[in-house]
Amino acid sequence: MDYIVEMNNIRKEFPGIVACDDIDFQVKKGEIHALLGENGAGKSTLMNILFGLYQPDSGSIVLRGKKTNIANPNIANDLGIGMVHQHFKLVHNFTVTENIILGLEPTRALMVDTRSASSRIRELSKRYNLNVNPDAKIEDVSVGMQQRVEIIKMLYRDAEILIFDEPTAVLTPQEVQELTKIMHSLIDEGKTIILITHKLREIMSIADRCTVIRWGKVIGTVSVSETSEEKLAEMMVGRKVIFDLDKKEARPKEEILSLEKLTVNGKDGGHGLKSFSLGVKCGEIVGLAGVDGNGQSELIEAVIGLRKPDGGKILLHGEDISNLSIRERIEKGVAHIPEDRHKHGLVLDYTVQENFILKNYYQPPFSARGLLNWDTIYEHAERVIKDFDVRSGQGVEASARSLSGGNQQKAIVGREIDGNPDLLVAVQPTRGLDVGAIEYIHQRLLEQRDQGKAVLLISLELDEILDLSDRIAVIYNGELVGIVDADETDENEIGLMMAGGKRGAAV
Amino acid sequence: MVDLIYQLFPYAIAFTIPLLLTSLGGLFSERSGVINIGLEGLMLMGMFVGAFTISQTEAANPGTAVWIGLLSAAVFGAIFALLHAFACVTLNANQVISGIAINMIASAVTVYLARFLTGSGNVQIIRGLSRQTIPLLSDIPVLGRLFFTQSYATTWLVLFILAAATFLLYKTKFGLRLRACGEHPHAADSAGVNVYLMRYMAVIISGACAGLGGAIFIVTLSGEFNGTAAGLGFLALAALIFGQWKPWGILAATFFFGFASTIANVSQVIPTLAQIPGIYLKTFPYVVTLIALVLSSKSSQAPKAIGEPYDKGKR
Ligand SMILES: Nc1ncnc2c1ncn2[C@@H]1O[C@H](COP(=O)(O)OP(=O)(O)OP(=O)(O)O)[C@@H](O)[C@H]1O
Ligand SMILES: [Mg+2]
Repeated sequence: MDYIVEMNNIRKEFPGIVACDDIDFQVKKGEIHALLGENGAGKSTLMNILFGLYQPDSGSIVLRGKKTNIANPNIANDLGIGMVHQHFKLVHNFTVTENIILGLEPTRALMVDTRSASSRIRELSKRYNLNVNPDAKIEDVSVGMQQRVEIIKMLYRDAEILIFDEPTAVLTPQEVQELTKIMHSLIDEGKTIILITHKLREIMSIADRCTVIRWGKVIGTVSVSETSEEKLAEMMVGRKVIFDLDKKEARPKEEILSLEKLTVNGKDGGHGLKSFSLGVKCGEIVGLAGVDGNGQSELIEAVIGLRKPDGGKILLHGEDISNLSIRERIEKGVAHIPEDRHKHGLVLDYTVQENFILKNYYQPPFSARGLLNWDTIYEHAERVIKDFDVRSGQGVEASARSLSGGNQQKAIVGREIDGNPDLLVAVQPTRGLDVGAIEYIHQRLLEQRDQGKAVLLISLELDEILDLSDRIAVIYNGELVGIVDADETDENEIGLMMAGGKRGAAV
Repeated sequence: MVDLIYQLFPYAIAFTIPLLLTSLGGLFSERSGVINIGLEGLMLMGMFVGAFTISQTEAANPGTAVWIGLLSAAVFGAIFALLHAFACVTLNANQVISGIAINMIASAVTVYLARFLTGSGNVQIIRGLSRQTIPLLSDIPVLGRLFFTQSYATTWLVLFILAAATFLLYKTKFGLRLRACGEHPHAADSAGVNVYLMRYMAVIISGACAGLGGAIFIVTLSGEFNGTAAGLGFLALAALIFGQWKPWGILAATFFFGFASTIANVSQVIPTLAQIPGIYLKTFPYVVTLIALVLSSKSSQAPKAIGEPYDKGKR
């Protein structure tokens, strides 16, 4: 059997946890091999070892039949291994081009030749339909676009073995389809793909084989044609997973959040938000559907206070909050699960317990007479990580940075839901979570609703919006296309509205 | 008034130049992610090495001694900065503490050596650099009198270095990589850039610039090493922040300091300025800096990863 990658007996320990416990992992040339496992199972760690970012404590790597020692990413690069990281490694104030060519700059007369580089990037972008603007600055582009930049970065380096660490977590359904096409064309060009994803449907539709790991150990490798979503989920979690939500009838009450003709100017020629009106009632979940970059971030930032609106009003319980500070809004019961968990969600070098009190450290019971009450903080954190199953080597004392991506997400969601807010602005709340965790978070969001709290759910994942929401508002070009009841609509109608079509226009 | 400006201008520029060069050195270091509080000490090292070399060689080669002194100051500054790089990059030490240590070591070592080698704490040089009026260019109205009359060769050298530094940082791959190390070392690392090597080079460059800056101060303005850099290194650091970590911002900031300090220094002999109490003039640049720093702090352009030792194992 000719394997292109063989990882034998790979072991990697971190303080308090064995991330990879003697893992054997083989990939055939020309296949799409999925890697599946719960949050914190050790998938990213294993791939970081293959990419040379980490050194294994023991074990060996055989590439194309030859034993190799991948001491750093440069060597991985030379060996034709490329990786799209779970958390992008992009320099925020560099342009797209500069980020892509970093480390491999074409030069002309001593100078970095950005012109030829950007035309090559444009070409790649066009060929794979990635729609990337080479001259944009990273800090100005959406998370989805940043992901595509990472993909181009790898293609630019002519890698042969491509590692995708949760590439689809932030892409829209259309973009995922595009990516699927890209992956197939890459396979046709003779490349090999290792794909980490939590989306079982994706595995079923594009992967050839799938290796499942749990708690750092390989549970097994299966051929996708001989398995099913249910079987994969069971292998991964170790129990049967219920995919159907237990959703009761909603009992909406008075309106808690009202946006009245809210206008927010877009950054650098973006759409912004144009005279947008929407109401969210207590006891309901309102989903906001739309293609990425149609004004969602402006809306979110205006509601939680990161940005001043340029017109219109934001009413909370009938009171205008558009000029209140973020802290005042939090004290009035607004909570926020941010889109970018590193930028707005966590202080990465703080411990988990410190991150849990970021918003209310100054209030009792966490502090008294100006001093922090560490016992309470510790107990509170212990409870939240237990409730939300946040896994790490050192419990609440672990630094947020050392957590796996999914566990960072669970920590944020845990903090926000546990605060029992009147209004929760949840942006991609289940981004990067495994199916078991998604099931749990969805239940908790519905519980919030049933307790008479309001949730504004922003997600690129149509399924999630359709499953959870009571009403769905569709945004396009910064304007409200329409609002529909979740029971009376389907994927197709929402899809059309997301492209700007008014309700009923398609019939 | 106009005459006054014509008179002050050469002094203001002479004062600006060492600051500018030292600040540029700091720019390299900080853009790569290493705070360099040790600029003061590095400058002092340059002052001592420059003064000592010149005093030893000027009898034999009167024409070239100054240039030999400047060169050796740059070399020793670079070597001395290696210490900072070793502590910050290899040992992951706290960069502020290491910088303070550099300052303390510099003042102790230079004074000790000065005493030991010359008997007194001071090292004097007989001939500094002479001022030159550039033919033709000095005939340009206004500008000619301001810039090309009575100027030092080092001024042109440093302005050339400024242009070269800008080119290096923004146009070459060295600069791209260096800036990436200061913003997001993990991104640089996974793109195959050797973060440790880049930071070493940046700190060494900063040492060479600061050393040369110190020596230029000796050969143009002070004429002797007297055991202190009188806060010039810190001023350069402030200019770096004031100039928002950008070469042309630094030029503006150092020129502002240079001009304001010159006014303060000569105020007593100029009737119009003598009426203002000296203390106001002397504190003026610092007060303005403080205010400017407060105002600009919200949009600070500081490199993102500045001050953080790079740890591969972290993610
Ligand atoms: N640098 C590190 N320091 C300490 N612990 C770490 C480090 N990197 C990973 N870990 C721990 O190792 C375990 C595996 O992490 P890894 O990132 O590989 O998980 P994962 O399978 O990719 O999960 P996810 O699906 O959430 O991304 C986690 O418990 C994590 O806390
Ligand atoms: Mg991961």
